[in-house]
Amino acid sequence: MSDHHEHHGHHEHAEEAPHSSFKGYMIGFVASVILTAIPFWMVMSDVLDSRNATILIILGFAVVQIVVHMIYFLHMDFQSQGGWTMLSLIFTVVLLFITLFGSLWVMYHMNVNMMPSMMGGADGMP
Amino acid sequence: MSNAVATPAAEGGKLEFLVKGDHHPAQGTLLGFWIYLMSDCLIFASLFATYGVLSMNFAGGPSGADLFDLELVALNTAFLLISSITYGFAVLKMQQNSVRGTMGWLAVTGVFGLCFLGVELYEFYHMIHIGAGPQRSGFLSAFFTLVGTHGLHVTFGCIWLVTLLLQLRKHGLIQENKRRVYCLSMFWHFLDVIWIGVFTYVYLMGSMV
Repeated sequence: MSDHHEHHGHHEHAEEAPHSSFKGYMIGFVASVILTAIPFWMVMSDVLDSRNATILIILGFAVVQIVVHMIYFLHMDFQSQGGWTMLSLIFTVVLLFITLFGSLWVMYHMNVNMMPSMMGGADGMP
Repeated sequence: MSNAVATPAAEGGKLEFLVKGDHHPAQGTLLGFWIYLMSDCLIFASLFATYGVLSMNFAGGPSGADLFDLELVALNTAFLLISSITYGFAVLKMQQNSVRGTMGWLAVTGVFGLCFLGVELYEFYHMIHIGAGPQRSGFLSAFFTLVGTHGLHVTFGCIWLVTLLLQLRKHGLIQENKRRVYCLSMFWHFLDVIWIGVFTYVYLMGSMV
């Protein structure tokens, strides 16, 4: 693999090829390995006593790793396709947050406000 | 999104606008495929939301802490991550116009994809075998739906990969095949992104219950 070099120079403007480079992929890969290994290590060897702190930290690592994948593997930027890929991504992320947090929020409060006789023992969300 | 550059003319004080139009997307397919991936992302969003709502409904059955084997999940995560970087190498080889290199790295990617599927199928088989199938509880229904949908995507990715290998062998690195390689690369990396959410939200958080 030592014969890889960066090939930034030879893009034709006619084809909108992603801006791939060996260096970019390796940065993304190494960062992903680190960002994956730390959460697994934290959970598998019970590093923190606080469960909530662990959850917050591993969710943070997941978000960072998703951004790393977006930049180094999926080559997201504000320029590609005249900005339309980024626009559709932002739109999707907004919908994603509404779907996820809307569902969790509504269903959590439904569980909490359920009449005691109807509660099936389940006491809420993670 | 167009850049309007105003250059005040020296005489008359009139403004001249040099409107630089957008580049017309030369590869509309890539943009269209990206929009497909975004709609796929919303499918996963609803499945994640379903899992989030049902993740504590064990119905007296086993929880994630009882079921999940994190070492196996770590192995699977490694398979998928390595397959992502090997796909990246295939794209680099393609940009150097090497058909053999592209096909070689694509084949390696496919092998890692199959390893991932093998481990996941073993996990599913094991869970169903000990009576923790999708019909056991709401938690397990949501788990099998979410993780199974991701696995189904990887399966179709592998089928597409084999198809692409045959197309590359027959036609070489023609423009259409390059486009296909780019589309599958987006699909493959996108599945890896979804897997980040799965192993964090389902496996790691699930085994801390």
